[in-house]
Amino acid sequence: MTPVAATATPRLRVDNVTLQYKTPSGGTFTALDKVSFEVPDQQFAVLVGPSGCGKSSLLYLTAGLAEPTSGDIYVGGQQVDGPGADRGMVFQGYTLFPWLTVRKNIEFGLKRRGMPAAERKEIVEFYLNEVGLRRFADNYSKQLSGGMMQRVAIARALANDPQILLMDEPFGALDSQTRLQMQQLLLKVWEHSKKTVLFVTHDIDEAILLGDRIFVMGARPGRIKEVLDVPIGRPRNLDMVMDPEFIRMKRNIFHQLHDGPDDHAD
Amino acid sequence: MSKRNSWLNRCLTPKTSLPAQVIWSASGLAWVLLIGLWASLSYGGVVPAMFLPTPGAVFDAAMRLARDGTLGPHVWASVEVVMVGFVISSVVAVPIGLMMGSFRVVQAFLEPLVNFIRYLPVTSFVPLFILWIGIGLEQRVSIIIFGVFFQQLVMIADVSKGISKDLINASYTLGSTRRDAVLHVIAPASLPGVLDTLRVTMGWAWTYLVVAELVAASSGLGYLSLKAMRGFQVDVIFLAIAVIGLLGLITDQLFRFLRLKVAAWAQ
Repeated sequence: MTPVAATATPRLRVDNVTLQYKTPSGGTFTALDKVSFEVPDQQFAVLVGPSGCGKSSLLYLTAGLAEPTSGDIYVGGQQVDGPGADRGMVFQGYTLFPWLTVRKNIEFGLKRRGMPAAERKEIVEFYLNEVGLRRFADNYSKQLSGGMMQRVAIARALANDPQILLMDEPFGALDSQTRLQMQQLLLKVWEHSKKTVLFVTHDIDEAILLGDRIFVMGARPGRIKEVLDVPIGRPRNLDMVMDPEFIRMKRNIFHQLHDGPDDHAD
Repeated sequence: MSKRNSWLNRCLTPKTSLPAQVIWSASGLAWVLLIGLWASLSYGGVVPAMFLPTPGAVFDAAMRLARDGTLGPHVWASVEVVMVGFVISSVVAVPIGLMMGSFRVVQAFLEPLVNFIRYLPVTSFVPLFILWIGIGLEQRVSIIIFGVFFQQLVMIADVSKGISKDLINASYTLGSTRRDAVLHVIAPASLPGVLDTLRVTMGWAWTYLVVAELVAASSGLGYLSLKAMRGFQVDVIFLAIAVIGLLGLITDQLFRFLRLKVAAWAQ
C-alpha cells in the first residue's frame, strides 16, 4: 500500500454495522455484529462465508435495499440512504425485465436518467460487445440461457457506470462449465473497467480467482473473521487455480471456514 | 414405426404436443357432435319443435330478422351496453387493482370492503338499480360494472402481487424512483396477467348483460329473447343465444390476439 492510497477516501466504508431481526418466537437474531471494513477504489473485494453469515445482507445494506439496525455505510464518502444508481447490483436470481429485449434491459438505467438516445446507443453497443451478446441484442430473456441472462445483468449494471458493483452470488445458479466461462468473462470485463467490486460467494475457488482481497466471514453472529490479500498477479486466468499459492490460500480459507468454533456452535 | 411416435399414443400421453391437423380435427369434432346431436333430436322429432327448433329453423329466423332489420339494432344495443360497462369498469379497476397489489396500505383499505361486496349477488341489486336509475342504458351499464368491477379488482391485485420483489429491487439499483418502479416495472410486468383478467371478465360482462336485459330493457339480445318467449318463438331464443355465444367467441379471440401482439414476451 502506498501512503497515497492509504489516506484517500475508500470507495466503500462499512462502519460498525449491526443488523438484527426479530424472530417469530420473540427473540432477536443478530445477522451482522458490529462489522467494519473498507474497500479502496478499483479493488475487487470478495465476501466468502457459510450460509447465514450475513454476506448477502451486507450487499443489500450497501445497495440501500435494507437498513442496518445500527452503524453506517459510506460509498464514495456519501452515506448510504436508500438505493441508487451509484451502487449497481447483480442478483443471484435472474432479474432481467422479461418484457424488454437485451438491448433495452441494458439501456434501462440510462433511460431513467434521461440520457439522450445517441449517447445511450453508444454505451449499450459497448457493453453488448463486452459481454459478447451483440447477436442477441434484440432477443427477450426467455430466449436466453442462464449464463446469458447473467451477462446481460452485468452489462446492465455496468452501463450505469456505478461507483461500486455489488454482486450477490451471481453465478450460483449456473452449471459448473458455464460458471467457469462466466468467471473468465468477468475477469476480462473487470480488467477493462477496473470497477470497485464487492462480490459475495460461498465458492472458495471463485473468491480467490476473482478477488484482490477476501473477507472470510463467520456465522452466528455474522462477522468478519479474517482479511486475506490474494498474492496472485493480474491479469488472471482459469489455469491459476492450480498454482501452489492458489492452493495454499484455498487450504487456508477452507480451514477458516470449516475448523472454526462455528462447528461447535452448530 | 415405434409405438412412441403414433399420434394416437401421443393423444393419450399427458402434456404432449400434437400435430396441427389433430388439434383442428378435435376442435371441429366437438362442434360436429353438438350440432349433430341437436339436428338428430330436432329433425328426428325426439323433442317437439315447440321446445327445440331445428338448426334450419334457427338459420331461417336469423335470415328473417336480418332482412327485416330487427336483428342488427338488437345486437348493437347489447354490444354497446357491454362495451360501455366493461370499458368503464376496466379503466378504473386496472390502476386501482395494481395499486392494491403493490401498496399494502391500499390493500388494507380496500380488500375487506371489496371482498364483502364481491360476494353480494348482482341480481339482487337489479330492483334497487331500477329504482335509482330507471330502465335506460345507464341501468344495464351499472349492472355490468357492478358485476365485473370488484372481481377485476381482486384478480388484478393478485397479478401485481405476484410480481417478483427482485425485479423491483433491480430497478432501484439501476436508479429507478418509486414512481419509475410502478410505471416501468409493475405496470409492464402485470400486462399479460391484466389482459388475461380482462378476457375472463369480459365473459362475465355478457352474462350480466343478459340478466339486465331480461329484467328491464326495450332492446338488446336478452330483450329479443324474452319477447320471443312470450310469442313461443323458440327459434328466435336459440338465435339470440347463438349470437351471444358468437360475440363472446369473437371478443375472446380478439383478446388472445391482443395478448399475442402486446405481450409476446410472455408467451
